[in-house]
Amino acid sequence: MKLVTAIVRPERIDEVRESLEGFGINGMTVSQANGYGQQRGHVEVYRGAEYSSDLLPKIRVEVLATDDLVDGIVAAIISGASTGQFGDGKIWTVEVSQAVRVRTGERGASAIS
Amino acid sequence: MNPAFFSVGLDVNPQTLDPGSTAWMLAASALVLLMTPGLAFFYGGLVRMKSVLNIMMMSFGAMGVVAVVWALWGYGLAFGPDTLGGFIGDPFANFGLNGLATVIGGKAPGLPDMVFIGFQATFAIITVALISGAVAERVRFGPWLLFAGLWVTIVYAPIAHWVWGGGLFGSTGIIGSKISALDFAGGTVVHMNAGMAGLMLAVVLGKRLGFMKDPNIRPHNLPFVMLGAGLLWFGWFGFNAGSELAADGIAALAWTNTLLATSAALLGWLLIERLRDGHATSLGAASGAVAGLVAITPACGFVDPVGAILIGVLAGAVCALAIGLKFKIGLDDSLDVVAVHFVGGLWGTLSLGFFAVPSSKTEGGLLYGGGLTQFWPQILTALIVTVWTAVMTTLIGLAIHKTVGMRVKEHEELAGIDITEHAETAYELAMVGGTFHPGDQSGKTPPTSSGEQEASVNGKTGRIRSKATT
Repeated sequence: MKLVTAIVRPERIDEVRESLEGFGINGMTVSQANGYGQQRGHVEVYRGAEYSSDLLPKIRVEVLATDDLVDGIVAAIISGASTGQFGDGKIWTVEVSQAVRVRTGERGASAIS
Repeated sequence: MNPAFFSVGLDVNPQTLDPGSTAWMLAASALVLLMTPGLAFFYGGLVRMKSVLNIMMMSFGAMGVVAVVWALWGYGLAFGPDTLGGFIGDPFANFGLNGLATVIGGKAPGLPDMVFIGFQATFAIITVALISGAVAERVRFGPWLLFAGLWVTIVYAPIAHWVWGGGLFGSTGIIGSKISALDFAGGTVVHMNAGMAGLMLAVVLGKRLGFMKDPNIRPHNLPFVMLGAGLLWFGWFGFNAGSELAADGIAALAWTNTLLATSAALLGWLLIERLRDGHATSLGAASGAVAGLVAITPACGFVDPVGAILIGVLAGAVCALAIGLKFKIGLDDSLDVVAVHFVGGLWGTLSLGFFAVPSSKTEGGLLYGGGLTQFWPQILTALIVTVWTAVMTTLIGLAIHKTVGMRVKEHEELAGIDITEHAETAYELAMVGGTFHPGDQSGKTPPTSSGEQEASVNGKTGRIRSKATT
C-alpha cells in the first residue's frame, strides 16, 4: 500500500476530484495547506505600504491506494491539477505499513477498497 | 431638579417651533450618531484579527463617556455663556442640561435646544472616537475611557466654544472680531482636532511591537472597512447638511457638496494608488471617500459644486500621498488618523481661502475675487487649534500614562488586546479543547487541579462522545 499526497492549487480541487473519481477512486482526504515553491509568495499593498506573503494557500489531497493503482492515481491528479504554470504543486508517494477501516476492523487492501 | 424636566412637550409653543427643521435635525442627529458605530467598523477592519473588538470598544466607549460628560458639563463648556473672556462657556449655568428641556430657539431659530444639544453631543462623541485609530492595538480600555472624559472636557469643549459657541473666534470674540474664519461643520473642531490629538497620543504611547517589521500588521477585514466607510458617508450627510441647523437651501447645498467632494476624493485617491502602486484598491476607495468627507466638512456650505469637486479630488490625492510620511518619520499612527483627518481637515480649512463663494459671511476665496482675505483667517484658526490640541493632549496623555498607565504590557500586546482587555475573541476559528463554566455557577472559579475540576475536563470529553452517538 501507498499513501499518495498531492499539493494542488485551490481552484483546481474540483478537477482533481473529478479526475480521481473518473479513475474509480471514491475516497480521499482534503485539507487546507500553505506553502510555496518556485513561484514564491505574493505582495499585498495597503495604503502604499507593501507586505509580502511568502506562503500561498494550497490544497492537500491524500489518497490511500494499493500499489497497482498508484501510477494511475498520480496520472489522474496531474491531469486535473496541471495548468502548466508555476505553482501547480507536487505529488509524492510513501509506503504505508498498515491501514484499518474503523467501522469494520478490515485491514490491508480490503480496508481501502 | 428643574420642574421643566417633567413637562417636556407641554410648554412647547407651536408658533415658535419649526416642525420641518426640527424633524430634519432629529434625523440628522441620529445620522451623525450612526457614524461612530460606522467608524468602529471602519477601524475594526483595519486592525489585526486579535484587536478588532478592542478598537470597536474604543468607539463604543467614547459614546458612553462623552454623552454623559456632555450632558453634565461638556455642553455648558462648549455652548454656555462666555466666561474667561470667551475662552470657555460657563459649565454651571445649565449643569446637567438643567432648565433647557423646553427651551425653543435658544441656539437656532425654531429648534428646541434639546435637538441642538443632542446634535452637538454626536459631534463630540465621534471626535473622541476618531482619536482611537492613531493608538489602536495598545491602549488599556479603562485609561482610554478616562482620557475620553478628560479630553472632551479640556480640549474639545473649549475649541467648540471658540468656533461655534461664540467664544474667541465668534463675531464678538477677541480674535473673531478682527478676523472671520469659516468652518461650516467642523474641519477644525472635529478633524484637525482629532488628527492632531491622535498624533500626540501616538507619540506619548510609542509604537506597536512589530511596527515597520511585522508583515501581519495589516487590515484583517476589508469588507468591514468598506461597510464602515459606507456608514460614515451615510451619516456624514447629517453631519454636514445638519450643521445648517435648518431644513433649507444651504443644507441642500451642503448635502450635494458632501456627495460630490466625497466621490471626487475617492477617484483622486484611486488615481494616486494606480500610478504609485499599480492597483486601485478597495481600501483606497474607502480611505479616499473618508478623506473627501473630512475635507468638505468645513467648506460644504460655503462653496459651489465645482469647488466641492476640486476640494475633494485634491483631498484624495493629498491624503493618499501623506500616508507614507508615518513610515519616513517612524510614527505609528496605526490607522492613519493624522494623514486622513489632520491633513484632510487642514486642506479643507485652507481650501476655503481659495474656493469660498462670496456671501454674507465672506468676500469669497482667491478664485472668486476675494483675494487672500479669507486665506489668512483660515491659517490662523488652524494654527491656534493645532497648538492648543497638541499641547493639551500631550499633557493629558502623559498625566494618565505616567500615573495609572495607558499602554498594555508587552506580553498582553503580543497575545492580543481583545483577549487581555475584554476576555473575548472576535472569531471562533477551530478552537480545540477548553472548559465552560456557566456564569451563575462556577464561572468565577478558575480551573484548578482539584478532583472536581478534573471531572469537569473529563466531562467535556464525555459530552463530545454523547453528541456523536445521538
